[in-house]
Amino acid sequence: MEMPAPDARVMARKARVIERLGAVLSGGVIHDPAETRAYECDGLTAYRCPPLAVVLPASTEEVAAVLRVCHEEGVPVVPRGSGTSLAGGALPTADSVILGVARMNAVLEENLPDRYVRVQSGITNLRVTGAVEDQGFFYAPDPSSQLACAIAGNVAMNSGGAHCLKYGVTTNNLLGVTCVLMDGTVVEIGGPEAEQAGYDLLGLVCGSEGQLGVVTEATLRVLPKPEGARPVLMGFDDPVVAGACVSDIIRAGVLPVAIEFMDRPCIRATEAFAHAGYPDCEALLIVEVEGSDAEIDEQLNLIKQIARRHDPVELRESRSAEECAAIWLGRKSAFGAMGQINDYMCLDGTIPVSELPRVLGRIGELSAEFGLDVANVFHAGDGNMHPLILFDANKDGDLETCEALGAEILKLCVEVGGCLTGEHGVGIEKRDLMSVQFAPADMEAQMRVKDVFDPGWLLNPAKVFPLGASEGRRGALPRPSA
Amino acid sequence: MIEPGTEAEVAEAVRAAAGPLAIRGGGTRGPAGEGTPLSLARLTGIRLHEPGALTLVVAAGTPMREVEDALRAEGQRLAFEPMDHRGLLGTSGEPTIGGCVAAAASGPRRVQVGGCRDHLLGVRFVDGTGAAVKNGGRVMKNVTGYDLVKAMCGARGTLGVLTEVALKVLPATAASATLTLRGLDAGAAVRAMAAALGSPFEVTGAAWDGAATRLRIEGLEGSVAYRAGRLADLLAPHGAAEVERDPEANAATWAAVRDVAPFHGRAGDVWRVALRASDAPAAVAAAGGEALLDLGGAAMWVLVPEGTDLRDRLEGLRAVAIPVRGRAPRVGPQPPAIAAIEAGLRARFDPRGILNPGAMGPVAAAAA
Repeated sequence: MEMPAPDARVMARKARVIERLGAVLSGGVIHDPAETRAYECDGLTAYRCPPLAVVLPASTEEVAAVLRVCHEEGVPVVPRGSGTSLAGGALPTADSVILGVARMNAVLEENLPDRYVRVQSGITNLRVTGAVEDQGFFYAPDPSSQLACAIAGNVAMNSGGAHCLKYGVTTNNLLGVTCVLMDGTVVEIGGPEAEQAGYDLLGLVCGSEGQLGVVTEATLRVLPKPEGARPVLMGFDDPVVAGACVSDIIRAGVLPVAIEFMDRPCIRATEAFAHAGYPDCEALLIVEVEGSDAEIDEQLNLIKQIARRHDPVELRESRSAEECAAIWLGRKSAFGAMGQINDYMCLDGTIPVSELPRVLGRIGELSAEFGLDVANVFHAGDGNMHPLILFDANKDGDLETCEALGAEILKLCVEVGGCLTGEHGVGIEKRDLMSVQFAPADMEAQMRVKDVFDPGWLLNPAKVFPLGASEGRRGALPRPSA
Repeated sequence: MIEPGTEAEVAEAVRAAAGPLAIRGGGTRGPAGEGTPLSLARLTGIRLHEPGALTLVVAAGTPMREVEDALRAEGQRLAFEPMDHRGLLGTSGEPTIGGCVAAAASGPRRVQVGGCRDHLLGVRFVDGTGAAVKNGGRVMKNVTGYDLVKAMCGARGTLGVLTEVALKVLPATAASATLTLRGLDAGAAVRAMAAALGSPFEVTGAAWDGAATRLRIEGLEGSVAYRAGRLADLLAPHGAAEVERDPEANAATWAAVRDVAPFHGRAGDVWRVALRASDAPAAVAAAGGEALLDLGGAAMWVLVPEGTDLRDRLEGLRAVAIPVRGRAPRVGPQPPAIAAIEAGLRARFDPRGILNPGAMGPVAAAAA
């Protein structure tokens, strides 16, 4: 993956930049190569580059001071939450400063009568729920990295999770942010009043991959916890039939909180690893609904009726907490199980649910063509697929073949009316595929937004847009000479 | 009046425009601005409706009625319950889906399922240079590139002329219940609504009209009966709840909340105020006029004498006040950095300043 060459003018001023940053920070600047190495990559570990320096500010004011210095010195800044991005969103360049928000992790305000909390953005996703769950509330978006990932990264990538079908993604649960612009200006966008007078700038900032500003605080909607939740497991001898069943459930008028799909390669791997007792079949669905016991029964009865029309080879209900856990065990271990048997690359395209059968068939053909196995495990209710391409990192050329197959699968997602990424973000990983989904005018409209927020293109500049498309913008403004 | 029939014709009309364009859908959501009328009335039709994927793609000029009929035929609906502005504004004509999105029209169910922005999956639009742009798509989870969809929702055509929108639709619910508590003042009503909205019973409407406090529950028959009972028990400390289960009565009750029926045909300015529900009692007192609450108190509608500056009256409260009927500028004073960003967006999406100028308030000096 190509990254722009470091700016020689910035590299020449390294000592001055570090000194100036040190002067505005209470916690110092990390610039020893042994220490900056810890920040050389994020969850996309195939690509690495140590940054010029790393700063971990303690407050919004310190973030503003850091950005003012970098703005004046013309130094690119790469914001970082917990570094769990699977798309390379926090990958540095050699001339960049990593601005990590990890030290800013406090809960600032809990207001349960108004159903929101205000947090510093370095807090982990799970700790938001942790702050309110003893009072019967939770924060709905639940990316699978929720134990580690920061709200800052969730906002940057507009993270989703398994329960989006009912609760939406980050942008639907975010009420406001405190955001520092590249020139150090602190702005409040949105807030607990949940409406903005002018344009929906909050909607623009959410999902902008750290390219418009550094979010230091977030106001989040929290919801009352449901009385209960229970899954049902269904096995089918044909993935296409399983796909049709998903579609029928969705249109029947019940809205499950999650519909998860696993295919045979994935079922086999997780059985060997987690012994969840899954049926040996071509595809299985886990459908979860919420409510009181009687309400769950009412919904599951309807879902079972629909499933029976598709001749399931297995229809397994859960009556106890143990049985619920057993149903979820395999699904939750799926990624770990695949990691035990292989290196894998996890894709993240979304497709219209109605295209599921066609896409699964075509992925099978592509898998045979490229000679790499693909296991499918995904959020079927919302069409967000996570095909896992299995490869051997120690085998010459396997990673490249895997990336080529991945690109073909993502192009297929776009071709059937879907998109390149449902919840992981573009980062550097899908940057060069953007032109598959967007015409030049579509990308131009997006880049104009960055022009407004960050005219010098210093914030996370080499991400999201193909380098060729952003070339005239990056580094276009004059920068101080050495 | 320019009446393009295709997106390409919209683009051509924008490129050819020598002065301001007054972009209109059905013309029901506010007075037309200055300029040559550009009507989307011929740009109609449902392009795609996939009930099993909960998605609808529709040309911007399509009448709301046509959209709603098509969804009803499949047992679905626009869950964000878009308001019909005709009664409140005294307008006539057919509201369009493009106008609904441009005005970010939402209703009482927003409290549970989100507003128009949360259901808008994709847009096609023509910007002020005449370029056709698409953003978002037709799938529910999509983080590919920036989310211009949100920016277009509620921009009232000032960043681009919407030509097509993709929406998430949801199943219509089989049953409903409305619980009514009588005689609560604003403070007591907000406390009762907060208790209901903080419960696990999935309240899809919470409104107060000065006399009655109403809470709505929707879903499968058995579930609605169960939750209505539990909610009535929960609300007992706030008052005795009357429970209405008749679907038609409930539909009429909530349509009246949605469309702000108590203010129809009455003289004066109408403002909508977004605020924290817990601040609503203070806001009702400060506003001075007749006030209604929706979204549990997080939205307040106020009827005041013509020319009243409600922003002035609410000073000191954290509140966003928007004049829906009246002459005050739509967007009030903003922090300079926010004003600069908004001016910058307008300058780049509509460099000639021809798209509905004035619809979002006076154009501030463009950012550097």
